[in-house]
Amino acid sequence: MTQAQVAQGQQPLLAVRDVSVVFGGIVALNGVTFDMKKGQILGLIGPNGAGKTTLFNCLSRLYQPSKGEILMEGESILTRQPQKIAEIGIGRTFQNVALFPRLTVRDNIRIGGHCRTKSDVVSDALKLPWVRTEERRLNEKVDEILSYLELHDVADREVAGLPFGTQKRVELGRALAAEPKILLLDEPAGGLNHEEVYVLGDLICRIRDQRHITVLLVEHHMGLVMKIADHVVALNFGKKLAEGTPSQVQSDPDVIKAYLGSKDQ
Amino acid sequence: MSTVQESVTQPAAVVAPSKKSMTIGTTATLVVLALLLITPLFVKNFFIFQMTMVLIYAIAILSLNLLTGGSGQFSLGQSAFYAVGAYTAGILMEHFGVNYVLTLPAAALVCFIFGFLFGFPALRLSGVYLALATFSLAVAMPQLLKLGVFEHWTGGVQGLVITKPDAPFGLKMSQDMWLYYFTLFISVVIYILAVNLLRSRSGRAMMAIRDNQIAASAMGIDLPLYKTLAFGISAAFTGIAGALGAIVVQFVAPDSFTIQLAVAIFLGMVVGGVGWLPGSLVGAAFIVFVPNVAEHISKGLSGAVFGVLLFAVIFLVPHGAQTIFGLSLRVRKKQ
Repeated sequence: MTQAQVAQGQQPLLAVRDVSVVFGGIVALNGVTFDMKKGQILGLIGPNGAGKTTLFNCLSRLYQPSKGEILMEGESILTRQPQKIAEIGIGRTFQNVALFPRLTVRDNIRIGGHCRTKSDVVSDALKLPWVRTEERRLNEKVDEILSYLELHDVADREVAGLPFGTQKRVELGRALAAEPKILLLDEPAGGLNHEEVYVLGDLICRIRDQRHITVLLVEHHMGLVMKIADHVVALNFGKKLAEGTPSQVQSDPDVIKAYLGSKDQ
Repeated sequence: MSTVQESVTQPAAVVAPSKKSMTIGTTATLVVLALLLITPLFVKNFFIFQMTMVLIYAIAILSLNLLTGGSGQFSLGQSAFYAVGAYTAGILMEHFGVNYVLTLPAAALVCFIFGFLFGFPALRLSGVYLALATFSLAVAMPQLLKLGVFEHWTGGVQGLVITKPDAPFGLKMSQDMWLYYFTLFISVVIYILAVNLLRSRSGRAMMAIRDNQIAASAMGIDLPLYKTLAFGISAAFTGIAGALGAIVVQFVAPDSFTIQLAVAIFLGMVVGGVGWLPGSLVGAAFIVFVPNVAEHISKGLSGAVFGVLLFAVIFLVPHGAQTIFGLSLRVRKKQ
């Protein structure tokens, strides 16, 4: 909580303003507004079909909102091409893990550094000195991430054969290699067991505290969200239902009704 | 809970690290290179010529391997790029008197532009559809080369006859042997460039696209750029192969570059192992020598014999030469 308190009163790092998304008559998101402050872990919750993933895809520029604005440090991200999003500091993981299965763990994380390096095809083919320097720096960064996430033992293994939990960590490592300011995590606890979820929660907090990355956590696992989030936004039917601290949202009658079931259950 | 977790992780930890890279170790490379350097000294000129053709096809197969194994895009139209490279060399040498060495970069440049431009329509297609689109390129090319408009340059149906270059610096070496070593040098340079490329930021970006386009885009990889670049580079290297082919064969004609050539290149890639660069050499040897072997076995049924041999290869070693290499490594480790 201390981090969040420090963050109070600053300009929001990311501002979602009145964002609506319509798919051929179906309103997936309807005028959603919230702020993310620097150093926060923001939990985005809601039942299935609430619009969490739609909002997530707006932030990563896979969908174009039909109305509204998304500002990153005061600048609109909606004019950027999807592949420029990593460069401005928005990193993401995918719900069901989207790694490069035939490449090694190391190469997967290296690819995360794509937007922070700039060698071109010709210099690469000729292996020019500046490319070697850049590559060495990238390798140092990758090594640091490998030990940070305890992936050194599997560094040179192909990703396809690794257990799901490990793949999720690789994906996190790949996102970290892009040096994001904001990390968007799409259901990181999905498919993990109890113990793994616990470890993951710790890891997300460490990433926030040690690497100073703001985290947007889209999650079904209420226990995890309530434990680590500083701020929670609840969605239902594409609208914002409630917003506040985990305990505020948890005790909000609308949220209880929509998401947690009625009180007398 | 932890027991479940362990049962999942443990078997994986026992397996030796599977390093399925696209290249082979330094020792193996040097042995192959030494063999390629020495062999011509002990064989007849015609066999040297055949070995030169193996190297040239190896370059063409390697180019396709970069495209398919690297960026995951299929092409059955490599013969078109090969033809453009061959004609570039032929026209430059016979009409403008350009030195044969200089025709190679020219062919590379022309083919790069051609391949890069072709890459744009290809952006919308993938898999079998892309294979078909490139196939149409291969089908159209021989007829385009016969067009009357270009006849002054291309020689039309007749094609162009090219003068074979002599060994330079007064070296006492047959033309065939000189061209072999020249081709070998170019092949080694292209192999090094290709390996560098695959191990670099650009190569990783291409392989990322091959494995998962959405994730690649989320990592900031410009999909259209790298896909078209892959086509351009593949075409450029194929163009160099074409130019070398023209110089070595001393002749270019439209009907040398039919769809049969494209299929042969594709076949060579599969036999060598898709995505495994050293396999290109094995694949090239297959498409040069195995038809001869087939003809030796039965003149009348050489096609059928070739088919049977190909069938056998695909059944016994589905990942081509790569499988055999991997097996031999494992056997050596056990001993």
